[in-house]
Amino acid sequence: MTMEGRSSPLLISVLCLGIAFLYVPMVVLIGYSFNASAMASVWGGFSTAWYGELLHNAQILKAAALSLEVAAAASTGALALGTLAAIALVRFGRFRGRLLLTGMVNAPLVMPEIITGITQLLLFVSMLQLVGWPSRGMTTIILSHVAFCTAYVTITVQSRLQTADRSLEEAAMDLGASPLAAFLDITLPIIAPALISSWLLSFTLSLDDLVISSFVSGPRSSTLPMVIYSKVKLGVSPDINALASLIICAVGACVLLAGYLVRRAERERLLDAQLAGR
Amino acid sequence: MGDDSPRRPRSVLGRLVDRHGRLLIILPPLVFLLVFFLIPFAFALKISFAEAALRIPPFTDSWHVSADHRVHLSLSVSNYKYLLTDEVYVVSYLYSLKTAFFSTLLCLLIGYPMAYAMARASKATQGILMLVIILPFWTSFLLRVYALEGIIRDNGLLNTALLWLGVIHHPLKLMRTTAAVYLGIVYSYLPFMVLPLYATLEKLDVTLLEAASDLGSRPWRAFVDVTLPLSMPGVIAGSMLVFIPAIGEYVIPALLGGPDNLMIGRVLWDEFFANHDWPVAAAVSIAFLVVLAGPLAINQYYRVRELEQ
Repeated sequence: MTMEGRSSPLLISVLCLGIAFLYVPMVVLIGYSFNASAMASVWGGFSTAWYGELLHNAQILKAAALSLEVAAAASTGALALGTLAAIALVRFGRFRGRLLLTGMVNAPLVMPEIITGITQLLLFVSMLQLVGWPSRGMTTIILSHVAFCTAYVTITVQSRLQTADRSLEEAAMDLGASPLAAFLDITLPIIAPALISSWLLSFTLSLDDLVISSFVSGPRSSTLPMVIYSKVKLGVSPDINALASLIICAVGACVLLAGYLVRRAERERLLDAQLAGR
Repeated sequence: MGDDSPRRPRSVLGRLVDRHGRLLIILPPLVFLLVFFLIPFAFALKISFAEAALRIPPFTDSWHVSADHRVHLSLSVSNYKYLLTDEVYVVSYLYSLKTAFFSTLLCLLIGYPMAYAMARASKATQGILMLVIILPFWTSFLLRVYALEGIIRDNGLLNTALLWLGVIHHPLKLMRTTAAVYLGIVYSYLPFMVLPLYATLEKLDVTLLEAASDLGSRPWRAFVDVTLPLSMPGVIAGSMLVFIPAIGEYVIPALLGGPDNLMIGRVLWDEFFANHDWPVAAAVSIAFLVVLAGPLAINQYYRVRELEQ
């Protein structure tokens, strides 16, 4: 039995105020982005000029392209490594290096970004001195993003694998499938939702990262958050309002769509379970 | 699984996986994280014993081989001495702990009733509320801090509204104050508090509350005696998710805070980018790690062991 059903006006108003607190700044920002005046305090009429300006801002477009490339590469790399780590941790029982692996997939989640950033930069600089690779730029940003995204992928996939029914895979192997084939045909479809959501999570985390990228990037490779940060630090900039509104709306649409799809899948699953139970 | 089960002949890849399967699965993530997450700390440790120098990279070598083929080690503990003598590091670390502690408390005070109300809503509403709380979590952190600035700056929405309403006659000074830093942390991390709290409260067995009230407990007593203790896992999880990133926070104090809001993350950033003193920054990182991550690792170790049992 759950707590469903009872509620007091006080609780509901706290909830509403809390949600308003979370959303009002973002809604106001979107409002500002249509302000014709460059002054934040004056409403100069409705205008989409700042959005147009965005399309001609070479610096922002270049940074956005770099960020998308980095995010796509880093989340794909992290998906592969994180899934392998999750399989090892859930399926292999005790093995040498287990504690080390557990520590290394959990540590990035609690490590202050600034420390991860500094230490990784020191590594890249020393590696460049010793082996001549990698020079700072897109490569180093991707490598450091893969490292922290792998942690998120592992945690997500791990919890899905733990609940997955092992007997199906064993049945497939009893029927002659190799462990690899059993994994690809049986387990992979079961954990697919976790793979998709952890890829998306990694993608957004990578796209959003400012601190680690600032340390490990090179002089000519500024990611989008780095460009945004340098502009925002100087005060209000109307084109950033427009850019921020675009990003917020795009992310919002994706999350709502994902939420809808997950709920539909859940409903179908419940329906299947009911039918199977009868 | 029985190894004697009938098997079909299979591909080269399949045979490779069968023979070295476990290693092929364990090694890639292990080696990658070792090289790009753990070993960096070893380099940071090494460089924390070097001295700053005007060269690229800007620190001295920790060893060199002289003409007579002898290896000379030059390790200096001056950076660590400096951390203890220059009080800015200790002060900013303590200040970060204080800021993180009070913002966690604020998040808890706001987040608990929110999660409680969510858990009491109907199932359909709960689904929608979950999405509403998760959405900011996916939205860019940096952009949300910037959006908050639009509300609280001198000519921002809050001051404009209050002036228009006649509540105040001069704009409130919020930007670049301690209040703005707290507001920023609470605003950014509130979803991290609400979600784990909601997850534990939602699973709470309401029959226990009914039993308490049948036995004559007032609602408030029942909350203190039953609900609160049972929701402790959520309280702890949520508090950790807010407290830990808040200690090392850089963006919020840098964008919203004033010169007094010296949090350790900001000091570290300036040491690196403004003073270019890499060895001191490395020493600060190592010291920070020892005072922060030591206890964290132990906590993590016991939590993992608990889970495995």
